[in-house]
Amino acid sequence: MATESMETQPPQHVETVERVVVRFAGDSGDGIQLTGNQFTTTAAVAGNDLATLPDFPAEIRAPAGTLPGVSGFQMSFSSFDIHTAGDQADVLVAFNPAALKVNLRDLRPNGMLVLNQDAFSGKNLEKAGYTSNPIEDGSLDGYQTFAIPVTTLTRKALHDKGLSSRDVDRCKNFFVLGLLFHLYQRSDETTVRWLSKHLKRKDLADGNLTALKAGRAYGEATEAFQVTYQVEPAPFEPGVYRNVMGNSALALGLVAASLRSGRPLVFSGYPITPASTVLHELARYKEYGVVTLQSEDEIAAMTSSLGAAFGGALAVTATSGPGLALKGEAMGLGVMTELPVVICDIQRAGPSTGMPTKVEQADLLQAMWGRHGEAPMPIVACSSPGDCFMTALEAARIALKYMVPVILLSDGYIASASEPWKLPDESELPRIPVNLITAANNGEYMPYKRDSKTLARSWALPGTPGLEHRIGGIEKEDVTGDVSYDPQNHQRMTTIRQEKINGIANDIPEAEVDGPASGRLLILGWGSTRGPIAGAIRRKRTEGKQVSWVHLRHLNPFPRNLGDVLRKFERVLIPEMNMGQLEKLIRMDFLIEPVGLHKVQGKPFLSQEIAEKIDELLEV
Amino acid sequence: MSTATIEPGTAPLKAADFRSDQEVRWCPGCGDYAILNAFAAVLPKIGVRKENIAVVSGIGCSSRFPYYMDTYGFHGIHGRAPAIATGLKATRPELQVWVVTGDGDGLSIGGNHLIHALRRNADIKILLFNNRIYGLTKGQYSPTSEVGKRTASSPYGSVERPFNPLALALAAEATFVARSVDVYKDHLQGVLTRAAQHRGSAFVEIYQNCNIFNDGAFSSITERELRETNNIQIEHDQPLVFGAKGARKGLRRKGGSGPIEVVDLPEGADTSAILRHDETAQDQGLAYSLSHLEPPSYPAPIGVFRCVDLPTFEDRIWGQIKDAQEKKPGANLASLLERGDVWEVGEDGKIEELAG
Repeated sequence: MATESMETQPPQHVETVERVVVRFAGDSGDGIQLTGNQFTTTAAVAGNDLATLPDFPAEIRAPAGTLPGVSGFQMSFSSFDIHTAGDQADVLVAFNPAALKVNLRDLRPNGMLVLNQDAFSGKNLEKAGYTSNPIEDGSLDGYQTFAIPVTTLTRKALHDKGLSSRDVDRCKNFFVLGLLFHLYQRSDETTVRWLSKHLKRKDLADGNLTALKAGRAYGEATEAFQVTYQVEPAPFEPGVYRNVMGNSALALGLVAASLRSGRPLVFSGYPITPASTVLHELARYKEYGVVTLQSEDEIAAMTSSLGAAFGGALAVTATSGPGLALKGEAMGLGVMTELPVVICDIQRAGPSTGMPTKVEQADLLQAMWGRHGEAPMPIVACSSPGDCFMTALEAARIALKYMVPVILLSDGYIASASEPWKLPDESELPRIPVNLITAANNGEYMPYKRDSKTLARSWALPGTPGLEHRIGGIEKEDVTGDVSYDPQNHQRMTTIRQEKINGIANDIPEAEVDGPASGRLLILGWGSTRGPIAGAIRRKRTEGKQVSWVHLRHLNPFPRNLGDVLRKFERVLIPEMNMGQLEKLIRMDFLIEPVGLHKVQGKPFLSQEIAEKIDELLEV
Repeated sequence: MSTATIEPGTAPLKAADFRSDQEVRWCPGCGDYAILNAFAAVLPKIGVRKENIAVVSGIGCSSRFPYYMDTYGFHGIHGRAPAIATGLKATRPELQVWVVTGDGDGLSIGGNHLIHALRRNADIKILLFNNRIYGLTKGQYSPTSEVGKRTASSPYGSVERPFNPLALALAAEATFVARSVDVYKDHLQGVLTRAAQHRGSAFVEIYQNCNIFNDGAFSSITERELRETNNIQIEHDQPLVFGAKGARKGLRRKGGSGPIEVVDLPEGADTSAILRHDETAQDQGLAYSLSHLEPPSYPAPIGVFRCVDLPTFEDRIWGQIKDAQEKKPGANLASLLERGDVWEVGEDGKIEELAG
């Protein structure tokens, strides 16, 4: 820890703060995400609560130094329970003028600004659209600006390492990391271990480590930094933790569901942002018997999942909005054949290509109704990176227990955001029953004979003697499963398919109110708005205001008590990253008039935006 | 992984055992009946238990096929059968999976799935019933209809050049490519048997007559008096010869390397320049050239164009899984979750970093 070397250095003042928001920004080739992740892991191991939010450019490598090429990583760490990466940054690290230009508006007044002075010259300034150097022209006077010649100092520190100049310059992010480790009194340990484990080139690992130590030494030696900061550990429940991103937790949840149900996991997906990392993650889990297929298109991803489900797999596909649209017809086939499939939609800003790397929650109504005919499907939604794990298990549980395709909604924010996640104990995981049948009653197998309680049909796997049967998209006769065009049969089957979904309401938890069970204002949320809503409510309650909150995991069907819960409040506020989709469903189902708060800017809500709406509604 | 076969000593099954109790609903006189009979006749002979057979289809007249077989069956949606079958086969490599499709289903709306299933070499047997017309939607031209074809949707004649299904399958590098004809009962059974025995992606084009919307599409080769002159049965390692006794003809390359030409082979003629068929050839050049021969200038080739042995998609998938399971035994929930940087918060709030 820094304390050891502090004894030999000029004393610096240590200030204890509760929460810090740091944003790293630079060219997408500057190692921004890596730097952010190292800082995050170190904060996690130091016991802080934290939340991260990467901000990738849409282009993989836009021209260096340009505004579209700026990659960002925001993280917040604290000594209390937090839910978002923060509204405004306390510290902005900008590796070049473009990064400063794009991110300065999100730095709080008088926030700390760490700049790589070497990059603030001629061409780079021009590319970022600066006519004068902001370091010199006084435009940064409202901030504590530290212009540090990071490139020069890194080169100096590594001059005798025998690395190429390109390799040396690639180490400059570790210089900055070392400086921040000093400022926030962090240990090098986790990063040292990471370097030795993950960098194959020992000379580069050594170079990075030297840069890291040089950055720390610079912070200790220079008189510029009068203060270092301490963020105490947050109170965590005892247990084993890791930091997890949403799509990773989703993948883990799916594998856990396979282990819990005893059904092999077969995943079929077509690459699409921001869902591809689910495929990447699952492709690594071969020792768990996971089969991953990179399908030729979105339709094949859905139909091969149905083939896998027919064969007895826990079949899963993941996509984003455009892909969900393409899957529509095949999802209808899943409804008709009553096969268990989990369809993950990692939502992004649409319509069409929209903003692929930016977040939105505008696929809820597509999930509800984006199929021809009467084709109801259960819908669940993940509300935080860690929550993706349990939501995946719940989606699989419903699919397998009820023999039905289930839509799981996540989004581009929680997909790549991260938070500390307490590893669940096996006993906390749901039991996942399956409807396998191995022999027919009284001779003939009836594929559409149902469980009287769940209305699920049985699952007879190919390879089982005596249960040979045919399923398909044509309407089937109740019980026998023979092709049927009988009018009354179609009415009956349509009703059964709907009742099966409705009945799931009796098998999911009731909506629980956070706060008083009645009052003036209830916030109703779903999905990744959980973090910003939690932040807003915390603030308002600190001010003594009374706000209640329900956050939904199950969107179809809703928890059975939801209508009763909502009617106990004068106003219901529904913040959504769309133009009011849950709001429409609530109005339609319960005939109440909720208030919507809509944001479609490709960015999550700020807690402040929700807090202001709360104030507005409580004033009326 | 081999397909689960019948154990010795089990009572042999008959064609009727593979037929379901569903009433067959094709138009009287449809070529599909003959194919259904041939298929049901072949299955008992290939030694696969019927519960281990799955028939998958898309949409179209031919795609009703699974309902008529007493095996496992999945009647999918238009064009998607190869993708459904790929998911099934990847999950359950021990099953024998057949796909039944048509020229519209397999080459138009489902063209993408077809070429990718073939390229992956999944062990799926794809039967494409080619009647060169859309039958179920009442007679529009299809992707295999000839230029100038007059149909409901092309009253002035189709302006589109057709696909050659075999050339497409060869280009996608299917490991088994063959053609037969609905009314050639014995030949069709022979080709279906070969497809069943092949391990890998098998593509069989079956010329099939639609007597309602495209009657006689293949009459130039199926009429009794034309059969011998307008067909050539290609057989592995045999010379490419055809024609009635006393009027034998052969195929050779003009000048040894030019385009294929037909030559008369009177008794005692020199046959050294006659092409020999090699279904295992790495170079698909001859198979590709053969796929384009058609009357009136040439005989239509039927038989197995290509049959090569390559690792299957599902063998590679499960091979990787087996390797990973051997290298990392005992995979369980704990080993799944405790990856990466893991730390423990003790009862006293003390934090300890665990080796990840």
